Amino acid sequence: MLWMILIPLAAAAAAPFFRRLLGAHVATLLAVVPIGLAAVIATGLPLEPGATWTEAVPWIPDLGVALAFRLDGLSATFGLLICGVGALVLLYAGAYMRTDPRLGRLCGLLLLFLGAMLGVVFSDDVFVLFVFWELTSIASYLLIGFKHDKHDARDAARQALLVTGAGGLTLLAGLVLLTIAASQAGLSMEQASRISALAAVDLSGQALFVPALLLIVLGAFSKSAQMPLHFWLPNAMTAPTPVSAYLHSATMVKAGVFLLARFNPVFGESLWWHLLLTATGAVTMLVAAAMAAGQTDLKRILAYTTVSVLGTLTMLIGVGTELAIKAAVVYLVAHACYKAALFMIAGSLEHATGTRDIRQLSGLFRTMPVTAISGILAALSMAGAPPLFGFLGKELLLKAKLDLEYLGVVLILAASLANVFLIAMALVVVVWPFFGRRSPAAHSAHEAPLLMLLGPLLLAVAGLFVGLIPGTFDSALGSAMATAIGGRPIAMELKLWHGVSPVALTALGISVVTLIIGFVLFLRLRDWLAHIAVAVARIGRRGPARIYELIFAGVLASADGVTRLTQTGSLRQYVRVVLLALVVTCLYPLIRSFPVLDRLSSSWQWHEVLLVLLTFVGAVAASFSRSRLSAVALLGITGLLIAVLFALFSAPDLAITQIMVEALTVILLVLVLYRLPEFTPLRTRLARLGDALVAATAGAIMAGLVLATAGLHLPPVVSEQLARMSKPEAYGRNVVNVILVDFRALDTLGEITVVAVAGLGVYALIKLRRRRRAEGDAS
Amino acid sequence: MNSLVFQATTRAVTPLLLAFSLFMLVRGHNEPGGGFIGGLLAVTAFALYALAFDARQARTLLRVSPRTLTAIGLLLATASGCMAWLAGQPFMLGLWLPVGLPAELKLGTVLLFDVGVYLVVLGAALLVLLTLSEE
Repeated sequence: MLWMILIPLAAAAAAPFFRRLLGAHVATLLAVVPIGLAAVIATGLPLEPGATWTEAVPWIPDLGVALAFRLDGLSATFGLLICGVGALVLLYAGAYMRTDPRLGRLCGLLLLFLGAMLGVVFSDDVFVLFVFWELTSIASYLLIGFKHDKHDARDAARQALLVTGAGGLTLLAGLVLLTIAASQAGLSMEQASRISALAAVDLSGQALFVPALLLIVLGAFSKSAQMPLHFWLPNAMTAPTPVSAYLHSATMVKAGVFLLARFNPVFGESLWWHLLLTATGAVTMLVAAAMAAGQTDLKRILAYTTVSVLGTLTMLIGVGTELAIKAAVVYLVAHACYKAALFMIAGSLEHATGTRDIRQLSGLFRTMPVTAISGILAALSMAGAPPLFGFLGKELLLKAKLDLEYLGVVLILAASLANVFLIAMALVVVVWPFFGRRSPAAHSAHEAPLLMLLGPLLLAVAGLFVGLIPGTFDSALGSAMATAIGGRPIAMELKLWHGVSPVALTALGISVVTLIIGFVLFLRLRDWLAHIAVAVARIGRRGPARIYELIFAGVLASADGVTRLTQTGSLRQYVRVVLLALVVTCLYPLIRSFPVLDRLSSSWQWHEVLLVLLTFVGAVAASFSRSRLSAVALLGITGLLIAVLFALFSAPDLAITQIMVEALTVILLVLVLYRLPEFTPLRTRLARLGDALVAATAGAIMAGLVLATAGLHLPPVVSEQLARMSKPEAYGRNVVNVILVDFRALDTLGEITVVAVAGLGVYALIKLRRRRRAEGDAS
Repeated sequence: MNSLVFQATTRAVTPLLLAFSLFMLVRGHNEPGGGFIGGLLAVTAFALYALAFDARQARTLLRVSPRTLTAIGLLLATASGCMAWLAGQPFMLGLWLPVGLPAELKLGTVLLFDVGVYLVVLGAALLVLLTLSEE
């Protein structure tokens, strides 16, 4: 299955080149990739419940991590959604951004996301899953910030990245804890990171079980926009519409739900899991649905209803009964179909009229009939009206609630209330734009091009098709998916009409009542919209988005403070800090192992003493010199004398290097000094005395370190071995150079990289200064 | 610096210095020397030239921009390490051609790596030096 993930990634890399070759047709060509992948998955249909197909390629065998993939009902359904909606979105994007030169980049990023998402749903190894999970976050960051010249797009992209990225970190921590718990429970290292193996054992007795559960759930919540981490999703609507239709309806935001579904067999028995998911899901479902009613931007309405549906799905997984899982399966697929269609329709409307403001759109049915019909079908599915796919989902949901022993009434009330809002908003998004008098914005409108009609129409008709012939879905995928989520065989049999039984009739009754109330709400919404919008905005000011802003501003402010504190811009200060750090870190160990001076032989040659004295005099004279140039010259003398010392003690390579470096340093310093203002000794005597003290201590420490290393009796194994190996293994007699370019060549590669980067850095700084000065002159 | 004597001497010394730097580079494997020292020597040659004439003429003498030199050097050094992959060996393992050259010289990826070091040192140092002296 690895190749199924690699193909879209490769296509993503090639997308910009194809764009140059094919122009706007690039999207059509690239859509072949997901269509082909969907076809491959579809050949396995109908999928037997419980059937899985696995594959593992070793990756990090020492840690038991392998590129392990699993295709079962859950991942096959998600795979089909990702590829199917992905293909339609690519076709749509090709028409939507036909003239935009950045189309190639958009297609590439969409395919990158597609590959990452397939990786998430196919992975059976928790760490491989995590890698792809993060890749979806990064792809989503790039896609939300696609219009990177816009300030709000950049803000929204960063917000989404930070929230989902933080969630990714908690997920990683949770996964690590889970594997530790699993290995404590006796699983092998390899088994401990396989989700399928984790599901087969009972881990609830382990101490790390609950922490792992909480962290993983938090990660899933951040991705699937559960309250209070929901705020990034509506803001992400600044992304181009094809992106919203893809990421924020069918795929990325469902990754969190997928994760919960995937881990349901592992955690499903835990009370924590049950309560946390049910409560958070229910709150999200209700609050987000109500907040949707306060929006005027078509895409933001859809975003809030998406958050609401994600809440519903989380709640259903939390409830975890057989009926609830069936409901989650149907609801998830139905939502992916109608919401992607509605997002694309919102994009078509904006494309045709130039606005997404719901109050400025009306009377477009005549000009955009196909879009309108697709929209009506999708909205009916969203409202849960028979005979559409969404209706099946809602019926199952109600039955699942009625089936509960406790809490059922509360959940039914919450779900019904949320449903009322969803019904009203479903009506708003199609009735307002398409019916009524033609608004001014509608006059220049036109029907969307064929490729932009295809996606919404196919998805909406699919909703109707499954609604009318529900058997196609449950036999092909539904039962297999429910089985995979539940971790036990669940047979699904969808019906439009459930016959006359108390439960079925109650569910139907609640459906009818919510439809009626929703319709009434819709009728009054035009008057209430402004009030609700004010209330929503008030919540927004105090809500979690505000906390995010405060934290973000706090981090920036503290970074600013630390920078001010440490980056004073005074070179003396930096040197002082570096030297004092050296003193502080080296002083204690140096005192503790005071140099054993037995190796310092007493047989000093007179010329050695002279050299050392001269070196010392040069250094002291440099520090007392009254001009920069003489200081440089005196330091140069010190350096050269040290080079002579190197040569005397048989280190010719070091000596040559030292001489070269000294010469170049003097040239460099002269070049720099030339530009500095004249030297004026401004510092007080006391400050200079302090500097002298720091310098002397640092010097003494260095001397002590050198003596300490000389006193060490290291076994000469390493150096002798290198010297012995030099000639036969590396064909060189000069051990120093052989070490540099052969034995430790990787170190050298790192060093020359540093040299290159440092050179570039200095170059950039000089150039920057020059440009700033030029700009200063110009103004 | 418009000293005729200095300029005339530089004209004579620069090629010698450059030749010497190449010599140091090649002989480094057996005697003191190597890419780092050779590169520094070449830098002094160009620095001398820039002092005697000016930075622009030093650039003309160099022909390739220091940035390009740095990049090529890094690329060479990395590529010499990657060659071991082609032979199915771990990264950075030295490979040698069986043909010997006079004076105990052998051709191999290690020499290529040393040339990379030489070019990076030359490029990065000249990048700073020439830009500074053009200020």
